[in-house]
Amino acid sequence: MTARTMPARPDEADARLRPVPWRRMAGVTWRQHRIALAGVAVLLGALAVYLWIAGTQVNHAWAAAVACHPASSAACQGLDSTLDGMDNFLSNGFILQVLPVLIGAFTGAPVLARELETGTFRYAWTQGFGRRRWALAKLVLLAVVVTAAAGAFGALLSWYYQPFLGNQALGLPKTTPLTPGLFDLRGVGLPAWTLAAFAIGALAGMLIRRVVPAIVATLVVYTGLAFATAGFLRQHYLTPLLTSNTLNVPGNAWVISQWWTKDGRFAFTGFPPSNLLNQFCPPPPAGKGGPSEGWGPCLSQHGYTQWTSYQPTSRFWSFQWIEGGWLLALSALLIAATIWLVHRRAA
Amino acid sequence: MNVVEASGLGKRYGRTWALRECTLEIPAGRVAALVGPNGAGKTTLLNLTVGLSAPSAGAVTVLGGRPAGSPAALDGIAFVAQDTPLYKNLPVADMIYITRSLNRRFDQPYAQARLDELGIPPKRKAWKLSGGQQAQLALTLALARRPRLLVLDEPVAMLDPVARHDFMATVLAAASADGVSVLLSSHVLTELERVANYLILLSGAGCGWPGQLMTCSPPTARQAWRNSPWPTCARPQRRR
Repeated sequence: MTARTMPARPDEADARLRPVPWRRMAGVTWRQHRIALAGVAVLLGALAVYLWIAGTQVNHAWAAAVACHPASSAACQGLDSTLDGMDNFLSNGFILQVLPVLIGAFTGAPVLARELETGTFRYAWTQGFGRRRWALAKLVLLAVVVTAAAGAFGALLSWYYQPFLGNQALGLPKTTPLTPGLFDLRGVGLPAWTLAAFAIGALAGMLIRRVVPAIVATLVVYTGLAFATAGFLRQHYLTPLLTSNTLNVPGNAWVISQWWTKDGRFAFTGFPPSNLLNQFCPPPPAGKGGPSEGWGPCLSQHGYTQWTSYQPTSRFWSFQWIEGGWLLALSALLIAATIWLVHRRAA
Repeated sequence: MNVVEASGLGKRYGRTWALRECTLEIPAGRVAALVGPNGAGKTTLLNLTVGLSAPSAGAVTVLGGRPAGSPAALDGIAFVAQDTPLYKNLPVADMIYITRSLNRRFDQPYAQARLDELGIPPKRKAWKLSGGQQAQLALTLALARRPRLLVLDEPVAMLDPVARHDFMATVLAAASADGVSVLLSSHVLTELERVANYLILLSGAGCGWPGQLMTCSPPTARQAWRNSPWPTCARPQRRR
């Protein structure tokens, strides 16, 4: 090639030295995603107002019930049951379980899916910023924002659920903070799951390249992950405690499983087989009154032992950090995979 | 300097080659036209040139040896893709802001003046603009980056004749006044005849035959016409 070159422009020389500054992506991301972020703000804001009002009432009712003396009086029992009956549809936490995945799917999935669906990636990825840096900046910024919003909301939820969990002093049904409905709404659970949903959404958007299918896929994958975690994974974070004395199990512990043994060998789990009951503990003949002791104590007298494995409530924060930790690692991995795909993808 | 240089370039999607054995050189300062029937690989070649996709075979460099898609290459090339993709839900002013933010250079006064000229209000959402205005907006954003190479993929295919003329006038003004090299693809041959002074023919899965495009039968392009099943142009008569 002959050495004929175009006249160099004044800023040509430093083309390789100075990339476009990272901070410029803040304004770009805000302009492109302000509607989604405003939606998240409105959703969380409206819920926060409601929770604030409801939570104030719950906390007042709780304070009144705790302060009431003597605890066994009819008036105090009334206060207890008032507290127990409050906000039933919220107090088990199941409705709010959809919150992380809603936020994550509706903010995470469109980030790349919309660009790919409308063809604007051909604009965005040919700008001077560079597509890998573009994807990295955008995903990290949005992830931090939605995680922070979820974290703030999680703090409010922790406060709201405190009375329902702190009622050991009262004679109410015990709710363990490790219960599947509540565990992931309190502490670091909510922001961690929101981040995971966002990361799943981003990767689904990159793989599927259509907004609506990507959102649906995010909902499905997230639901599977959440159920698998609550049903199978979480109980193994730390080795459960084991006891042969049911009275040792605190009322608010999370009972993993219970089974019976005889002479050191496994006998049965759950309800005893009928031949066993007929052999040792035949049910009292119908008509003959007397409060039945039930088969539990009866089998104990015949050499059977009941074992209980459980997670004590004191492990709440260990469990929170373990779950938060692996969700953070998973999210980082998914976002890294998404950026790698952006880098790799052929147009 | 060559603004685009490809050697043995090929792109395969699955088992089918969209582009194969493409070797070409486009010198700077030209308005180069990439012509060929639909499916000949025009878009594929342009995507490879701007770095949107990576070649399956061979290599392509731009702006005097910079690898396509490298930061230095992205910095000097502005690309207007087919159907001029814009963030349709954003106001025009936001599109300008985003383009300015994503690039090291951006000529804000030029962009402003162009939009005033075109009568595009900065607050209007992009989807409310006419097709011609959208194309002009995309072109303005690209030219305001002050590129050394402007790449246009089927820029006028969706436009009516008046908008087509206006669009090409802007491109030619940039090419002649600012010395921007232009590489554009089209299957509208009449348009290219007016603007292009360098021709690359794509037919089937190959490319080549660069030359000056003056009429439908330039000496250097004759070989190309004979080999390619070009429907809109009569084959040149063979001369003794």
